[in-house]
Amino acid sequence: MPHTPPSAAAASQPHDAPGLGARSVHQKPGPDTLLATHDLVIDIPGRPPGSPLELTVDPGQCWGILGPNGAGKSTLLQTLAGLRAARAGTIKVKGQRIATLPRAELARRLGLVFQTHHDGFPATVLETALIGRHPYLRPWDIETSEDYARARAALAEMDLSDLEGRMVDTLSGGERQRLAIATVLTQDPSLLLLDEPTSQLDLHHQVAVLNRVQSIVAQENRAAVLVLHDVNLAARYCDHLLLLFPDGQACWGPTATMLVPSALERLYNQRLSVGEVDGLPVFLPRNE
Amino acid sequence: MTRSFLLAAAVLLPASLLAILIALAFGSVAIAPGDLLAVVLGEGSRLHDTLVLELRLPRALAAFAAGGLLGLAGALMQVLLRNPLADPYVLGLSGGASVGALLAMLAGLSMFSISLAAFAGALLSTVIVFGLAHGTGSWTPTRLLLTGVVVAAGWGAMISFLLAVSPTAELPGMLYWLMGDVSHARNPYPAWILLIVVVLLALPLGRTLNVLARGPMQAAALGVAVRPVEWSIYVAAALITATAVMQVGAVGFVGLIVPHMLRLIFGNDQRVILPASALGGGILLTLADTLARTIIAPEQLPVGVITAMLGVPVFLFLLYRSR
Repeated sequence: MPHTPPSAAAASQPHDAPGLGARSVHQKPGPDTLLATHDLVIDIPGRPPGSPLELTVDPGQCWGILGPNGAGKSTLLQTLAGLRAARAGTIKVKGQRIATLPRAELARRLGLVFQTHHDGFPATVLETALIGRHPYLRPWDIETSEDYARARAALAEMDLSDLEGRMVDTLSGGERQRLAIATVLTQDPSLLLLDEPTSQLDLHHQVAVLNRVQSIVAQENRAAVLVLHDVNLAARYCDHLLLLFPDGQACWGPTATMLVPSALERLYNQRLSVGEVDGLPVFLPRNE
Repeated sequence: MTRSFLLAAAVLLPASLLAILIALAFGSVAIAPGDLLAVVLGEGSRLHDTLVLELRLPRALAAFAAGGLLGLAGALMQVLLRNPLADPYVLGLSGGASVGALLAMLAGLSMFSISLAAFAGALLSTVIVFGLAHGTGSWTPTRLLLTGVVVAAGWGAMISFLLAVSPTAELPGMLYWLMGDVSHARNPYPAWILLIVVVLLALPLGRTLNVLARGPMQAAALGVAVRPVEWSIYVAAALITATAVMQVGAVGFVGLIVPHMLRLIFGNDQRVILPASALGGGILLTLADTLARTIIAPEQLPVGVITAMLGVPVFLFLLYRSR
């Protein structure tokens, strides 16, 4: 695939901005493709339409979405999950348009972890993880011991086994976030959509969560799309990146071609220092 | 879940039976357990037969069914609004049903049309309160409660107006709607049928409601068709509130106290809480009505007075605790 990395020259042109919409890698969806968008324009009220997205997420891929606050990262993720209407374009999950898929079927194919969590009523940690089995159960079904086993295994992976009986509203922010991830692990969809999954986690749990995502993606027929704020984590864990610029422009492609300092500086409107650790680029904000 | 379901059944089913037996035994004339047993076995004296089977039994059954409906309505609304303070009375649904019923009575319509008008009033109230509180974007418990309280106050003013313009002869019958009173309830069976049907429909929906309690977006992400489910609950809550109001008038707070107490005991699985709220509401209203009949016998208190005296402190406590 021909691909031109975002260049400083392109980034300096306001309209062709890093531009590169045209130069992004337009991979054609194949028979195994988990998620494909065609001419997708997300709907952010009061904002002119951004560049149409032609994304193709194949099994084994881990995509990172980077962008400043308010660029529409969460909106995009929720649109991909079928929770928001797009302004234009189509989204296909495993080859089927999401508009034509029953909700429960969609929930078996794709799971979303939100940035914030609303716990209206008291519930225990185990009960919360267990709702991940909902898409698999018919109305009269009661959770089986296998469902419980899956929920407990997910809690164990997120270091939450000891908290199984605790009330959710007594958890710390980081524990609540790990619980949300445990819930989606219990749901066990082919495609994971995670909205800032590490934003409240300590360093150890950030790495633990991302390693787990990586090991899931390595399984057959799995992929993940993550909204991240940490460029360095994205550089380390994502093989593809989508940059969402505040003006609605976007470009995407393999990580190595997207991590261009000038494009990132324009993305965050922040000067960056670039170094290298363990053979990977490291970006730090430069204070001037 | 299975364990708390069985526990709830083991506690509440015998308690329901006991509540109905207590309602049969107590009143202006107390009946000894032995005499009550004789009546049940068909060997009682004529006086006891009349008292128990013709006067007290229909009334106890009516109180139980109406209480069950109110408990269920409260539990459903609390899940839907993700707010333990929701209750058909507090949110003005009972007021809407009362206004509908009063208007129909004033127009001299049949009993069936009065029921229909009560349902229309409850539904209208539902749409106003939930529609406005949903409004644009975010809604908070405060906003919902304020909307409900203001709408309830509006219905209150409508009721006063209707009473003021009504012919004097109509007044006693109308006041019955407003005070919450089981003494006029005659035919409890439609309410029973509705109660059983709604509980049976709610049971398979229970897990969906558990997920819905986590917020509409999370529920949709887990495969719940949020809109249809929400609207079904709105309509069901309006229907069962209207039916309960038809039976016993605007009795308040049953839907508030009962699910809250049950949640403290049995946890928060809707598959347990919904049927338990139906039984718990039935028990509460049956006992409250027995108390209303006996506390100043031979005079009777409206049962709404008893439930309000229990409900207001509970409501204030919940509001205080919810910060």
